[in-house]
Amino acid sequence: MSATLKYQEKELKLVGTRPLRPDGVDKVTGRARFGADYNLPGQLIGKVLRSPHALARIKSIDTSAALALPGVKAVVTRDDFAEMPDEMAAVGELMINFRDVTRNMMAREKVLYDGHPLAAVAATGESVARAALALIKVEYEVLPHAIDVVEAMKPGAPLLHEHQYTQGVKPKPDRPSNVAKRLEFGHGDIAAGFRQAEVIVEREFNTKPVHQGYIEPQACLASYSADGQAELWTSTQGHFVFRAQCAKVLQMDVSKIRVTPTEIGGGFGGKNNIYNEALAIALSRKSGHPVKMVMTREEVFSSTGPTSGANVKVKLGCTRDGKITAAEAELNFQAGAFPGSSVNQASMCAFTRYDLANVRIVGHDVTVNRPKVAAYRAPGAPIAVFGVESVIDEMAKKLGIDPIEFRLRNAAKEGTQTYYGPKLGPIGYIQTLEAARAHPHYRAPLGPNQGRGVATGFWFNIGNETTCSLNLQEDGTLTLMLGTIDVAGGSRASMAMMVAEELGIEFDRVRPFVGDTASLGFNFLTAGSRGTFASGMASVIAARQVIEKLRQRVAKIREVPLEAVAWKDGHARPVDATVAQFAPMSLPEIARMAGKTGGTIAGHAEINAQGAGPGFGTHIVDVEVDKETGAVKILRYTVVQDVGKAIHPAYVEGQLQGGAVQGIGWALNEEYVYGEDGVLQNPGFLDYRIPVASDLPFIDTVIVEVPNPNHPYGVRGCGEVPIIAPMAAIANAIENAIGLRLCEQPLSPPRVLKAIDEAAAARR
Amino acid sequence: MRYEAPKTLEQAIALLSGANGQARVLAGGTDVLIQLRSGRADPQLLVDIKAIPEMRAVVADSGGYRIGAAVTCMELIENEVFARDWPGVVDGVKLIGSVQVKGRATLGGNLCNASPAADGVPALIAAGALVCIAGPLGRREAPVEDFVLGPGRTSLGNGELVAAIQLPRRAPHSGDAYLRFTPRTEMDIAVVGAAVYLTLDGKGVCRSARVGLGAVAARALLVPAAAAALIGTTVDEAALERLAAAASAACRPIDDKRGTKQFRVKVAGVMARRAAAIAIERARRQG
Repeated sequence: MSATLKYQEKELKLVGTRPLRPDGVDKVTGRARFGADYNLPGQLIGKVLRSPHALARIKSIDTSAALALPGVKAVVTRDDFAEMPDEMAAVGELMINFRDVTRNMMAREKVLYDGHPLAAVAATGESVARAALALIKVEYEVLPHAIDVVEAMKPGAPLLHEHQYTQGVKPKPDRPSNVAKRLEFGHGDIAAGFRQAEVIVEREFNTKPVHQGYIEPQACLASYSADGQAELWTSTQGHFVFRAQCAKVLQMDVSKIRVTPTEIGGGFGGKNNIYNEALAIALSRKSGHPVKMVMTREEVFSSTGPTSGANVKVKLGCTRDGKITAAEAELNFQAGAFPGSSVNQASMCAFTRYDLANVRIVGHDVTVNRPKVAAYRAPGAPIAVFGVESVIDEMAKKLGIDPIEFRLRNAAKEGTQTYYGPKLGPIGYIQTLEAARAHPHYRAPLGPNQGRGVATGFWFNIGNETTCSLNLQEDGTLTLMLGTIDVAGGSRASMAMMVAEELGIEFDRVRPFVGDTASLGFNFLTAGSRGTFASGMASVIAARQVIEKLRQRVAKIREVPLEAVAWKDGHARPVDATVAQFAPMSLPEIARMAGKTGGTIAGHAEINAQGAGPGFGTHIVDVEVDKETGAVKILRYTVVQDVGKAIHPAYVEGQLQGGAVQGIGWALNEEYVYGEDGVLQNPGFLDYRIPVASDLPFIDTVIVEVPNPNHPYGVRGCGEVPIIAPMAAIANAIENAIGLRLCEQPLSPPRVLKAIDEAAAARR
Repeated sequence: MRYEAPKTLEQAIALLSGANGQARVLAGGTDVLIQLRSGRADPQLLVDIKAIPEMRAVVADSGGYRIGAAVTCMELIENEVFARDWPGVVDGVKLIGSVQVKGRATLGGNLCNASPAADGVPALIAAGALVCIAGPLGRREAPVEDFVLGPGRTSLGNGELVAAIQLPRRAPHSGDAYLRFTPRTEMDIAVVGAAVYLTLDGKGVCRSARVGLGAVAARALLVPAAAAALIGTTVDEAALERLAAAASAACRPIDDKRGTKQFRVKVAGVMARRAAAIAIERARRQG
């Protein structure tokens, strides 16, 4: 069923409060089980042989010596997996092609990046498995490689895929290219828009790939039975999607794979795709033993999806009184070894905070010899917005208009026509700008070498396929089986709160958990900030079904018409004394009698949730620049965001803070560093620097609530918007502090110091 | 791989001597275990020195201190008397990993790991510390700045190990300090580290100084030219600028993922100047 439940304003008892999450105690006591905590008797350890080259043709793979090593039970290579035709599927916001999935999982003709899997072994222990990897002989023909996106786009650049011709160009090009796709968005007349402009700002930006940086490395355990059934335990954002991907590449029936999701130690889009899962099942099938595979941190960095690095050009035209007349951008995104970057989403998000008549965006999806990118929290948007919001800030400064005021003069609102399709519904962008302008942070005094920056973000948010089961147990408590992964944000608590609110009972009467793939129908990944929106809607539908059945039972028991029975505060009560009079019945009373009145009571929802509400946020940041070292210190940070409705405000604040922190890391220090040889030099948290607690101030949050009309509690989704603005906000704050516009991410000390020294040299 | 935990220094030396260079000394293990796991080290024998009593002690010794090679960073940080005498050494020790890591890691291990960026080392060099080495031929001592030869290489011979680090008696009117530059505030590795130990006379004139720099060459350096910029001055702005210039001039860094040459050269001067400012504060305060 394609579902929306409309928003109804009502008095709330539970929604909007802050109960403890049901998974909290287990997580702080260490009882919670993550991917690597699962074991089976007789299990083997699986390890992967990875390419040391950025690009090479595979001439041969000889596994005989590895297989002969005592303790080695199975080896798989490309020969163990079927060739896949081109076939597209959605994972989160991004699309994958199964032809590429099977090649990314296990190289076929070529290795395409440092870290690309070539073979996997299952052995009785890790040291045996490692020794076996060393015995696998691979003959390579090493080829020149392409790492930089601008270089890779040039004619004559080393080519990754001979069959790849740029899509979206007419006529079809006569030569293959690393540019997998050209796309274009826009409306109005861009040339006319620039002719109307009195001031034009044009800038070019470059960003490096950054990793999602989840703390838990990918880990899975697979067990394949003699009758062709597979069980898989894995850390994933979407167990149904992982099942589908495994079934496809292993050519198995979907129903013969049962995936149980473990607790997840972060994903942020990086656990939307299979890596070792199908290898583990294949090794288990071949060896007859369960196979466990846990990635090292080095493998996580070198072989699982970061997000794109990019080259971004932005041009903005404006009247002197601050009305944007034209907005143009070119977005060149690294896709990694296979096509499918987030350039599409980046294009749509680049300018969709503004009500613009003339827009043109050209995007390129470019294959380079790096790991295939995966989604990362608001995929692509932070990269495009770093450029656009930097240019917006520069324009406001040129015009002498306060940066928030400038944004307000051009802000998108209900009815704004986007340049990619829909008109915007009720949104809270202006409200976030006004709340930011009114916040004491915006007026607080600044010291020497300190500066303040503002930037804003937009994300679509999505709905999609979702199921759940709500079972009334015999004592009147309920179990809520969800099909969307709680990606550690606390969504289980939110769903239980909505169910308890509907039923008028206490929060801890509803026990939420995530069911396995055999227990519910298909659920899309937890991606696109859809969890609390879509699963929340499904949970409310299930709760209302339960209420309906409770009323029916009470009508039967009390021998009154159904219309006479109201559900209020956890009890069936007479609607009105004039219609019927009967003694109210509590939920436990009805539950105890359920067996005799028609059997157990349950609610189900199988929906494709529609009507997700776009989210907007405004960030304010203060920085201090050490002009002798280039170090940038974050002094104060405030996130203002329209979330529709915060079901559990503490967990919403957690999302806003976490997104901002990831954005701060992206802005200041995170980057993939490759050598001339195309080998990744910093595959670890020592030299890939995510922020630590002492790098950060308290991240203040202001929750704005403009309800989404298409959700019973007004939920929009909130997890992705907060990572979009930080990079630009920080660049703007640095500009405000030292008068220099930095356009190369990360804004790391060597870069900032170089800019300061060069500016000083230019002044002399 | 064999694991041994000898109770005496002599036993440890015998074990190491008999291992044909295929042994590693294990103190806190915060470097060795990581090297074992990553495959960078594959020794046949691990000699754990934590069961040797003299390795675990901080002994006040004729006004100075003898720090056993297996004394953990946290033990040193929490030793209030030592921390009062050598705050600059403690500045460095405090930067070696997280609290949990410092509960295991040792200053001796930080030295023997022979990283050019080791946070514990520049302040030892500035302080004029000696490495107390024991081996099959007996005991010897070496200045810290001569002990490390290059990345991962020390002057330890076959069968030798570091028994202790000897810090001299702190001079009156003196102070030391260590500062490093890292992109993050903690849990990071020095891009540049600078330590200064200086002594004032009764009139506030600097009578002696030593400057140690880390992460700007293949090993931590003693920089006499930088010290000379301070000696005979009241450590005023002009002296500090000369110190910075001399520190920068002494750098022989590389470009790598952690920083550019240009960045390291400039920031080495900045760190040296700022460390000297802290050291002189401490010298004035400590009397």
